[in-house]
Formats: sequence, C-alpha cells, structure tokens
Amino acid sequence: MTELFAAAGHLAIPRISYLSIMPVLILLGGGVGLLGISALWPRQLPPSAGTAVGVLVAAAALVASLVQWVDVSNHGPHVAIAGAVVQDGFSVLISMLVSISVLLALFVSDTWLKRERVGGPELQVLMLVSASGAVIMGEANDLIVVFLGLEIMSIALYVLAAFNARRQESGEAGLKYFVLGSFSSAVFVYGIALVYGATGTSNLPQIADYLARNVLLHQGLLLAGVALLLVGFAFKVAAVPFHLWTPDVYQGAPTPVTGFMAAIAKAGGFAALLRVFVSSFGLLRSDWQPAVWLVAVLTLVLGSVVALVQRDVKRMLAYSSINHAGFVLLGLQAATARGVEAAAYYLFTYSFMVVGSFAVITLVAGPGDAAHDLENYRGLSRRSPWLALSLTVLLLSQAGVPFTTGFLAKLEVVSAAVGAGSDALAVIAMVSAAIAAFFYLRVVFTMYSGAPATAGAHVDGGGGMPAELPRPSGALLLAADVSVAQAPTAVSVLGEQGTGQPIPSGAVVAISLCVAVTVLFGVWPAPLTSFAHLARLIIQ
Amino acid sequence: MTHDNAFPFLTVLVLLPAGAALVTALVPDGIDERLRRLAVHVLGLGASLATLALAVTVAARYRAGNGGFRLVTDHIWAPQLGISWHLGVDGISLFLVLMAAVLFPLVMLVGGWSGDKAATAWLLLLEAACLGSFVALDLILFFLFFELTLVPVYFLINGWGFANRSYAAIKFFLYTFLGSAFLLVGIVAVAFIHEHQTGHLTFDLVALSSTRLGTASQVILFLAFTVAFAVKAPVFPFHTWSPDAYAEAPTGGAVVLAAVMAKMGTYGIIRFDLTLFPRAVVDLAPLLLTLGVVGILYGAIVACATRDLKRLVAYSSLAHLGFVVLGTFALTTQGVTGGVVQMVNHGLIIAVLFIVIGWIYERRGTWSTSGLRGLQRPAPVLAGVFTVAMMAALGLPGLNGFVGEFLVLLGTFLTHRWWAVVATFGVVLAALYLLWAYQQAFHSEPDEQTAAVPDLTWRQGALVLPLVLIIVFLGIYPKPVLDRITPSVQRLVEHVDQATGTHEPAVARGTTVSHTTKGSRILVTAQHDTVGP
Repeated sequence: MTELFAAAGHLAIPRISYLSIMPVLILLGGGVGLLGISALWPRQLPPSAGTAVGVLVAAAALVASLVQWVDVSNHGPHVAIAGAVVQDGFSVLISMLVSISVLLALFVSDTWLKRERVGGPELQVLMLVSASGAVIMGEANDLIVVFLGLEIMSIALYVLAAFNARRQESGEAGLKYFVLGSFSSAVFVYGIALVYGATGTSNLPQIADYLARNVLLHQGLLLAGVALLLVGFAFKVAAVPFHLWTPDVYQGAPTPVTGFMAAIAKAGGFAALLRVFVSSFGLLRSDWQPAVWLVAVLTLVLGSVVALVQRDVKRMLAYSSINHAGFVLLGLQAATARGVEAAAYYLFTYSFMVVGSFAVITLVAGPGDAAHDLENYRGLSRRSPWLALSLTVLLLSQAGVPFTTGFLAKLEVVSAAVGAGSDALAVIAMVSAAIAAFFYLRVVFTMYSGAPATAGAHVDGGGGMPAELPRPSGALLLAADVSVAQAPTAVSVLGEQGTGQPIPSGAVVAISLCVAVTVLFGVWPAPLTSFAHLARLIIQ
Repeated sequence: MTHDNAFPFLTVLVLLPAGAALVTALVPDGIDERLRRLAVHVLGLGASLATLALAVTVAARYRAGNGGFRLVTDHIWAPQLGISWHLGVDGISLFLVLMAAVLFPLVMLVGGWSGDKAATAWLLLLEAACLGSFVALDLILFFLFFELTLVPVYFLINGWGFANRSYAAIKFFLYTFLGSAFLLVGIVAVAFIHEHQTGHLTFDLVALSSTRLGTASQVILFLAFTVAFAVKAPVFPFHTWSPDAYAEAPTGGAVVLAAVMAKMGTYGIIRFDLTLFPRAVVDLAPLLLTLGVVGILYGAIVACATRDLKRLVAYSSLAHLGFVVLGTFALTTQGVTGGVVQMVNHGLIIAVLFIVIGWIYERRGTWSTSGLRGLQRPAPVLAGVFTVAMMAALGLPGLNGFVGEFLVLLGTFLTHRWWAVVATFGVVLAALYLLWAYQQAFHSEPDEQTAAVPDLTWRQGALVLPLVLIIVFLGIYPKPVLDRITPSVQRLVEHVDQATGTHEPAVARGTTVSHTTKGSRILVTAQHDTVGP
C-alpha cells in the first residue's frame, strides 16, 4: 500500500499479477455479472438460473485456486501487486475452502429459495460477493487489505442474515449483526491506526521487519493496537467474550445462510487473524499468547457448556461453532507453523461439517424455516433415514469421534498446542470436547428414538405442517419407494416436506459431498492432511 | 516383531465386524419385516461367529516364543500425523481377543434385540472397536478404537436399557470421555518428546517405548494415561458411573461393558503404562496398589449391603478388577500374569452372571433379593448355572476364578506383603455377599409367583453351556493359557526392571517354589515349557 503511493505527484501503477487475485475477480465479477443479468432479464430470473450461474462461478473460482496452487508449488510463495496481496500455501487453501463452501451453500440455498418462494438472484449474488471478501482476507498482506476483505465479507453477510423479509427474526438477526459488526469494524480500524502509528506501516511483512529491527522502548501504542485488532478478529470469529451476537444471528438468519456464514466468516476471520498475528506480530507472541490463551479457554468452555441447555438446534449449533472457534484458537495460541497448519486443517474440515449440518437442518425445518426445536427431530430416522444418518455422521464428526475428519482436526490442534507447551490448554480443549459431545449425541439420540413426532410437530411446527401429514406407514413406505424410483438421485423425505416430494437434488448433492468428505478423509486421512501441511504462511 | 504371516489376520479380525456393521446398517427398511429381521439376524450372528472363528485361528497360530508380538501388520496410515495401522497380538492381548470374540455372538442372542437392525449394527461396530483396541500397537490407533466404543455403548444403553437409562448413558459417556481427554493429550505429549529426541514423529508403541523420559514427566504422563484407564476399568475412586451403567444397561450391554470394555482399562494400564512409564509405575505402585485394595474391599462391602442382584454383580466387578490392579502393580511375573488371567476369567464369569440375572428378571420382573425367594425349586438348572458362576467368582479352587486371584495374591505377597494380606479379606467378603445373595434368592420356599417360574429353555441352556464349560476347563487346566501369557508378561516385567534398575525377586518367576503350593506348580510347568525355545 505504501509503495502504491510512493512516487510523489503521480500515482504509480504497480504491476498487476492477475493470477494472484483471480479467485476474487471471478467471485466478485460473477456476482456483479449475475446481478446485471437479472436486471436486464425481461422476467424475474428463476432461482435455478441464479444457482446455476453461481455454481459455475464458484467452480471457476475453485479452478483458479487450483491454478494458484500449481503456481505456488512450482514457483514458491510470493507477494504481488505492490505487496498488497500474498500467494502462499495458506492463502490458496483458504481460497479453495471458501470456493467449496460457497458452492455447497449455493446448492443448499437453492432448495430453500424454491421452498420459501423467495425470488431473485440476490441471495446468490450476496453469497458470491461475501465469499470474495473471505478470499481477500485469506490473501491480504496489508492491514488495509484485510479490512477491505473484512468489510466486503461482512456487509454482504449482514444483508444475507436479514434476507428472509417475511420472518421477523431474520430482520432482527441482520440488524443485530450489523450494529455489533460495524462496531467491531470500528474497533478493528482503530487497531490498524494504532499499529500504523507505532510502526509506520500497515504492510504485514514490513511490520514484522520493523519489529525485528527496532526495539520499542514504549510499546503501549503498539500493544493497544494489537489488542484492538485481536478484539476485532475475535468478534468476527465469535470468540468469547465477543460472541454475544452469534446465537441470535445464527438462529435468526435463514438456515442455509447460517451454514454459509459459519463456514466462511470463520475461515476468513481466522485466515487473517493467523496471518497477522503469527507473521507480523510473531515477535510479540509472548505478549499476545496469554491473551489468546484466556480467550481460547473462555471460548471452549462457554461454547460447550451453554450449548448443553439449548433446545433450539440452530442455537445449539451456534454455541457449538463457538466451541469450534476455541479449537482453532489452539492453533493460533501455539503460534508455530504446526499450529497454522492445524488451524487450516480444522477450518477446512469444519466448513464441510457445518455446511452439511445446516443443509440437513434446512430440510428438517420445513416450510417457513421454523421447525428447529429438538422435538422436531424426534423420530427423524423413521421419516427420513438418509437425512438422519447424514446428520449423525456430521454431528459425530463435530464431536470428534474417531474415523471422521473431526477427530483428526482435534488431534491436529491438540498436537500443535502440546508441541508449543500449552498442555493445560490442550486438556481443557479435550474436556470441552467431551462436554460438547454430549449435546451432539443428544440430537442424534433424539433422531433415533421415539415415535415420529407428528403430533409434536403439529404443536411446535407452527403453521408449516400440511394437514395430510399423518398417514398410515404402509402408504408412507410405498410413497417412499415410488419417489425413489422416480428420482434416483433424490431421497424421499416424507413428513418434513409433508407432500411426499423427494429431497431436492441440490441439497442431496451438498449433503452427500459433505458426508463423503467427512468420512472418506477420516478413514483415509493422508491426502487431506498432507494438503493441509502445505498450508504455510509466507513468513512464520 | 516378525512379519510372520502373509495373511493379515488381525486386520481382517477388526474389519470384518466393522464391515458387517455397515452392511447391517444398509439393510433396507422397505422390505418385509420378517425378511429384514432374518437378514439382520444372519448378518449379526454370522459376522460375530466368523470373527470368533478368526480369533480361534489367531490363537491356534500363536506361538509364544519369546513373548513378543505376533501376526504383526504395520502400514503407514497418516504419514503427516505419524499414525500407522500397526496391529499385533501377544500373550497379554491374545486371550482378551478370544474372550471378546466368544462373548459377542452370545450377546447378540441374549439381549432380546436379535433381529433389531440398529442394535445389531451397533454391536458389530462395538465388537470391531473392542478387538481393535486389544490389538492396536499404535497409540493413536488404540485411542481411536478406545473412543469408538463409546458411541455404540451410549446408543445401546440409551436405546435398550431400563428405566433410568438416559441418566446412566450420559453419565457413562461423560465420565469416560473426560478421562480420555487426558489420555489423548498424554499420547500426543509422549510422541512429541520422542520427536524431539529422534526427529521422527510416530505414535508407534514399540518405537515410543525407547523414549527417554525424566521421572517428573513420567509421573505426569502416567497419571494422564491412568486416569483414562482407571475410569474405563473402573478403578476406585473413578467407578461411580459403573453401577448405574451396568444396572441400567440391557443384559447384553452390561455383559459387554463389564466383561470386555472394563478390560480395555486394565489392559491399557498393563500395555501402555508399564511399557512407556516404568519409572513412574514403580514409584507410584504403592498408590495404585492401595487403590486396588480399597476397590476390592469397598466393592465387596457395598456388594454385601446391596439388595439388588444386578448392582451386587456390578460392585463385585469393582472388587474383581481391584485384583487386576493389584497384580499389575505388584510388578512380578506371577502378579501380572495373574492380573491378565483374572481379566479373562472375570469377563467369562460376569458374563454368565449378568446373563442369568437377566433371565431371572425376565421371569420375575425384579432384581431385588428380597423380592425373590426359592428360585432353586422351580428352576434348578438356572440355579445350577448361577452357582457355578458364583463359585468361580468367589474363587473356589477348581474353577477359573481361583487361578487368577491366587496368582495375584501370590505375586503381590512377594513384593508388597501387606497389601496382599488386606486384599485377602476381599476374597472372604466375596464369599459372604455371594452366598448371602444366593441364599436369599434361591433357597427356602418359593412364593406363588416364583413357584410358577419356568426353568431355562434348551436354547438358553445351550447359550451359557459353552461359557460354563470354559469356566470349568480353565479352572482345572489353565496351563495352555498360562503358557502363552507368561512369556509376554516376563518380557514386560523385564522391561520395567531394566528401565528402573529394580529386580523382581527370583521367587516371583516360580523357579524356586516348585514344591510348596499348587498354584506355583502351575507356573513352574509353564516356565519349563517356555524356557526351551
């Protein structure tokens, strides 16, 4: 950034390496392009068209990330565009993660859009734009660029949270997220200002360089800046005590958006957090490590304990996502290369688990997106065995049960913590995992127990349940067979959809993919772990 | 440590039930119910019997030799994480594998859940996890299997248990998962210290056993490991989940919990603590011996006071596992061998006890000894089976329970005299509470309801007959078992001695006491046979 305006008088145009920002350009361009198409289209663009374009854009972004991957493998990590962005193993992994998350989330939201009859491609557009922000955060090499990415991601997320205009909770969630989010952004910018004041630069390597060359006699300004940056990031990744928005926003936002938000807001936030703190403030680690230690402990414990008493599944998963944030913080607290790799692996696998889980929740919630009480899950295994099994796998993986990616992710971060000498933190994390496992199991057990709660669903489900729902089981089975025969890729979800229609194939694709990744790389970990071990920062 | 076999017996042993569990889970719900139940039944029983056949083959191919690991399979599984698929069996694990493989087909049949798809799938998965944890030689792999057992058991208790099952299942899950939290961190810490020393990240037990650990870190790591194992076993004072879980679990679930899964705890202590932390084991032996003895006495006293047959057996189990702990930390060949034998014997005995008590409950709807009376009259065969198991449990010579307890007491007496003396009271108390309970439930005149109780059916008799036969056989002729266990135990005890500079008394190997007692003569014969090759 500073180089950008270095030449006095006239603007120096830096050499643009388009490859380094290709995923961002594709996502952003695709989003804007889709908006343009829908504006020029004579009638309202059907949701399928929006999804199709969005998926193509996300797939293109994924391909671009792969090209970047090859480039990094061949030529090594490097900075580009006057040091504003960086291309290293870590940034490429985040780009891939975000591209895949947005791809999966588009499939899920397609189902939701059609069911809720919310028209327009705005949802897809906002998702793509938000994703581009997350990618920018992953490859930002300058605090200003981090902030740009943060805002692009967040502002789109505020709107997404409030997207369902028919539900009051959705608007409330959007507003709450917006007010608290902008407040945290302000704190973050103030942090940038103080760091700039202390070091004279906002460029990440230059900050590290400055701190390496100079001994600051009065560190107050710098440390205050670092603390404010930590607060800003902690808010974005929902770390305690900056998590207060999370349960309400997760609960109120449209369910596919919640899954998307959980995946990319965490990915983007942690990507920048790890890079800024480990790369730039690496020398100050003895100053910020205790703070991160405390935040991690609070996040782990509160996330798991408060989730225990939740009856609303979305709210419960909100607290569970707080608990997961605590685990990623273990990687940061270690402040080692191993810690960064572990955190990257954790984020990567978590995004599949969380998008998949919320995809199932979207389907179970039924028309009106209202049935989120634990009771609505009673007997799900009978009504829709496939959905119940998928959610079981995803939740068990979140709990860290062996032979899933969730276990390996926990093993990685715990290894990083132990390797950095934070044994106590590792123990606390595993204890919190034990507590967390309990509420995941409660959901799983509810799904597999009791009679199908048709009566209960009528009470709890609001107006969404059609009248013809309770039918003799023979007819249910018959209908199931017929619909499976009609649509081989779709699985019948009777009772949830009420009308006996199959699960929309979009959701099937997303959920299958999430489950497959979670199980496959849990049993056969080598490819994904070796991939994550290449997620190195350009400077450690 | 020889790769003496092309066919990966142990891998198949673990994967066969796991695969069958998957297939069972995939049996479609849409088909005719009778057909589905039949398919599930055949799958469950077939897979568990095939696993048993495989386990028997493993036992038949097992050659004790110098007591090292046999039928070793070693493949790199996750290279970046240093995890390998390293399986092997030695004398210590061989009979636990065999016992688990014998019990699972029975559990499939006694639970009242045969033909139930979910229960069968969970049981098969549980079998895979149990067998896996007994043969895993990679610490993370062991941990994976160790943890994997929790999920099926949670669902089995919660789904098929008795009135208070939810509470019991949650208590069980939380206790054991909390214990494992320390284990995982401990495992990672050991591996990192090893990596620091050698530059090579591995979780392989054989490689890690050469790690040089200071006394302080050994003690901390030992405690981290042992908490997890002590909860699982359970060892006093970490036992509070177990009476609830055993009592509320369905019969088959209680059998698996008490007979197989409890052994994962004590097995973990012998396999991992003794191998990795010999110094800490020697230093902290008095503490663990005391906990063992307290467990023996506490379990026995509470069992004396309880009037509920199922809880009585649960507490007796605590006492019996106390003997295993006692034998293990005596750190003599006899003591540890006795501990291993006791693990296998206790599994067999408690399985019969729980199964018979389950049948009593089916007939009379109660476990309370005050509600039962005179069962012997209408159901002599049932009473007979119960008597055999009970006598074995209280250590009657000629039945299998005696062998383990005797060796444990003998081995402990040599190095830690007073603990053995106190523990002997546990044997006396066991006779007291078991005979008391028997008297109340089986003797005197039956009331009207009890008089109408049917005896064991042929099918039920055929189910427990193999177990009763094994109990009697091992009581009369334990030599084949001891022959295979002793070399491995000796190797382990030597490892501890070498690492700590201590020496077990020569007498503990049974070489000089050949004329004194029956028990040590058994050992001597075992000794002569194994010294040769």
